[in-house]
Amino acid sequence: MELIIALLVGFLYASGIYLILRRSLVKLILGLILLGNGANLLIFLVGRLNSEQPPIIPDAASTLTGAYADPIPQALILTAIVISFGLQSFAIVTIKKVYKEVGTDDLDIIDRREQE
Amino acid sequence: MVHYELILPILLHLLTGILLIAAWGRLNVQRIISALSGIVSVALAVVLYSSVTDNGIITLQSGNWPAPFGITFVGDKLSALLVLLTSFSGLAVIIFSLVSVNKKRMRFGYFAMIHFLLLGLNGAFLTGDIFNLYVWFEVIIISSFVLLTIGGEKKQLEGAINYVTMNLLSSVIFLTAIAILYGLAGTLNMADLSEKIASHPNKGLVQTTAILFFVAFGIKSAVFPLYFWLPSAYHTPPSAVGAIFGGLLTKVGIYAFLRVFSLIFIPDPFLSQILIVVACLTLLTGALGALAQQNNFRKIISYLIVCHIGFMIAGLGMYTEWALIGAVFYLIHDIVVKTNIFLISGLIYKIKGTVNLKKLGGLYNSHPKLSFLMAITIFSLVGVPPLSGFWPKLYLFEASFSTMDYALTAFLLIGSFVTLYIMARAWIEIFWKEGDGRQEVAKHFVFFDNMRPLKKWVLVSPVVFLTIVTLYIGLNAEHLIQVSQQIVQELLDTRPYIDAVLNPNIQN
Repeated sequence: MELIIALLVGFLYASGIYLILRRSLVKLILGLILLGNGANLLIFLVGRLNSEQPPIIPDAASTLTGAYADPIPQALILTAIVISFGLQSFAIVTIKKVYKEVGTDDLDIIDRREQE
Repeated sequence: MVHYELILPILLHLLTGILLIAAWGRLNVQRIISALSGIVSVALAVVLYSSVTDNGIITLQSGNWPAPFGITFVGDKLSALLVLLTSFSGLAVIIFSLVSVNKKRMRFGYFAMIHFLLLGLNGAFLTGDIFNLYVWFEVIIISSFVLLTIGGEKKQLEGAINYVTMNLLSSVIFLTAIAILYGLAGTLNMADLSEKIASHPNKGLVQTTAILFFVAFGIKSAVFPLYFWLPSAYHTPPSAVGAIFGGLLTKVGIYAFLRVFSLIFIPDPFLSQILIVVACLTLLTGALGALAQQNNFRKIISYLIVCHIGFMIAGLGMYTEWALIGAVFYLIHDIVVKTNIFLISGLIYKIKGTVNLKKLGGLYNSHPKLSFLMAITIFSLVGVPPLSGFWPKLYLFEASFSTMDYALTAFLLIGSFVTLYIMARAWIEIFWKEGDGRQEVAKHFVFFDNMRPLKKWVLVSPVVFLTIVTLYIGLNAEHLIQVSQQIVQELLDTRPYIDAVLNPNIQN
């Protein structure tokens, strides 16, 4: 399982970086979203994967015993998802506005206009 | 004893932001709330600074969860001083905005965003938890995105694309680095990380993580070769926004560098070498970029921000006591002076209607007193003794000689000389050249000379205030060198920081 998730993380990073390097603004945003998802999965992966071991103390006991799922990565991912949701929606609105103003989503053309 | 003063600067700006949103559309109410909050934030920052001076490093465990389980806030001398300087810059920018920012921008929540930005800055300086630092960085960048694009002018949007992309990328890299760090050490508390990373067996992976942090903070603080977003964005928004960006945003990156690379990753010779090479190239490319810009004054000072980041990275790279004193002192000087120079460019724009050097001129004849005021800041940016830019450079040169890194000395000299040349040229073009009057501008634009005296005073007073702070830093350098020395001792000897966070009972 670790290996599959690790490969998936690598694939998400690779495709994210590929999309960022494209000239289209829309692909740029898609690339950033993929990179963000890759990072979230990475946090999940480094928190060690295990199933059906919730970090809940049973009624009879006063501490946890044995292996249990680390709740911190899940809290981190939740925070990161919420933050990236906000940032990405802002970025999408911005590129829509830029597209309306400039009339193109080609970054090279936008950059050339900016230099003038 | 619980040190609530640690959290007050953060809470103040949060509450102000919420109040300002509640007062949506009522511009005069917003102006009053914002200005009052700016003044109170200076008072709270002074309280925090004096508390840190009296008590040493103070901590606050949120929800009373002991470290490393809860989220910790830590105030040491570096954090407290930066909160103080942030409150100075913030107050100056708020006062300047009262008159200089147009009503359209204010209606779309300009002041609320300024306070959310200050909230993020204070949070980033005071947190003791690396993931929390990431969250504060996000608070900073989302507010800065809005401030950068508010008003929706075409050039603003075009500049914003680079800015938004690079900052989102930097966040992802920062998050990746935090993930790997958590995998290595199983903790996020910076004091706890300091102990666990120091004794971690897998040095290769620790090194790789350090480089990831370096790239993330490098984008934030605009070092070579990651600075290209800065000059394409910083000259587009109003001067008041440029001032808070130029004065504080890149400096948060420098703060993160100082904190993470003194507490968690101690630079080894390899990392030191990378930092020094990057510092040299930042100084060089920033200087060349500023030279290549012929006309737009605000674009020139944007490149100078990049150039001067090199001084602070150089100080961190050498990692000797003297070099770090130079870097910390430069940070103090730079926050005040860069904010002020952007405000001055805004003032010039209000007087003449342009910041194009070719079209400017004759300011010395028409406004001799203001010119004298601006000259102080320009001289101190260049580093003319005894003004504030001179002392940190003295320490950096001394440190680069004593580590026998003569190449670095050469680059530091290039950075200084180019700044001198550029500022001398700007001085001649703006102040001494024969002026051909005002420029044509949009109909609703009100020139400085046609304003009522109260409005004139509101525009000039923040520049006067920051100039006084600069003069204090320059003329009272001995005190600030002592303060920088104490900060550097806290950075180099991490034991008190770790004890204050992890063993608060032993310390008291």
